[in-house]
Amino acid sequence: MGLLDYFRATQPPGSATVAKERLQILVAHDRAAARGCPSYLPQLQTEILAVIRKYIDVDMNSVTVNYEQGESHEVLELNIILPDSPSSR
Amino acid sequence: MGKTTTAASLAMGLAQKGKRTVVIDFDVGLRNLDLIMGCERRVVYDFINVINNEANLGQALIRDKRCDLLYVLPASQTRDKDALTKEGVARVLEELAASYDFVICDSPAGIEHGATMAMYFADDAVVVTNPEVSSVRDSDRMLGILSSRSRRAELSEEPIREFLLLTRYDAGRVQNGEMLSVDDVQEILALKLLGIIPESKAVLTASNSGTPVILDRESDAGQAYSDMVARYLGDEVPHRFLHAEKKGFLSRLFGG
Repeated sequence: MGLLDYFRATQPPGSATVAKERLQILVAHDRAAARGCPSYLPQLQTEILAVIRKYIDVDMNSVTVNYEQGESHEVLELNIILPDSPSSR
Repeated sequence: MGKTTTAASLAMGLAQKGKRTVVIDFDVGLRNLDLIMGCERRVVYDFINVINNEANLGQALIRDKRCDLLYVLPASQTRDKDALTKEGVARVLEELAASYDFVICDSPAGIEHGATMAMYFADDAVVVTNPEVSSVRDSDRMLGILSSRSRRAELSEEPIREFLLLTRYDAGRVQNGEMLSVDDVQEILALKLLGIIPESKAVLTASNSGTPVILDRESDAGQAYSDMVARYLGDEVPHRFLHAEKKGFLSRLFGG
């Protein structure tokens, strides 16, 4: 710290803040991977979407598949957004 | 960073508190614990010899010259790390557990075979971390392995007790926002904090002469390790070395 810094009211945020933010993201990502989301999840999502699209005209992005693991249970969550006026084929 | 330094000081500290202690080097192929402990010229048989029944424990254990209750089981420098078989390690640890209060396993870096063997049979684990991104990340991954791939996890027993030891801590740089603080690290790892070892010249001086740094009672690192051992044995000791020494007005004004 030199003479000018001494009179400067606020210090710019240090690199530790950046380090912490990067770590938090990285660790969350590592933990999700380690917890072992099943590898079939992306394929499951594609196939479910294909089945739904046989009957309803839904957008490719309107199906989300989520996998959560609790202490004694696992939750497979499907979220399908139906169009406003379902048009049957 | 600091695993072997910590293993040496923890073992010495426990022995000085009257606990019969063995410290084992699991870093097969590199073998550094005996150097840090200052007994490298007294190694005749090693851990792998004992596992392969080429020597018994009594022949391989080296009694520390400074403390009667402390023994070192060195690693082999020539063998392959696969020589550490799970059955062999289990047999040696069982035999040691019968006559010693504490068996300290000095793990090699990484998450490969040697490290897996060092943690597999553990009751307690001290995770040694630097306030640095890659070190904290690796520690988090190691914690995942401790909770899923240890013997206690496989047998669904009570999990390993996990402790955090933060080493190479520079309070001055933390204050300037240049280094992760102990709170930052704890926010991510959330472990019981066993101690904070300040970045210290004493650590190199101690390893140069083959003396566990805990024996350098004048030094900040030596005192921090003593505090850590006391905390591990259940004493309530306040954390020290968290704040940089206060600088005077003039030194702040003119830098330095």
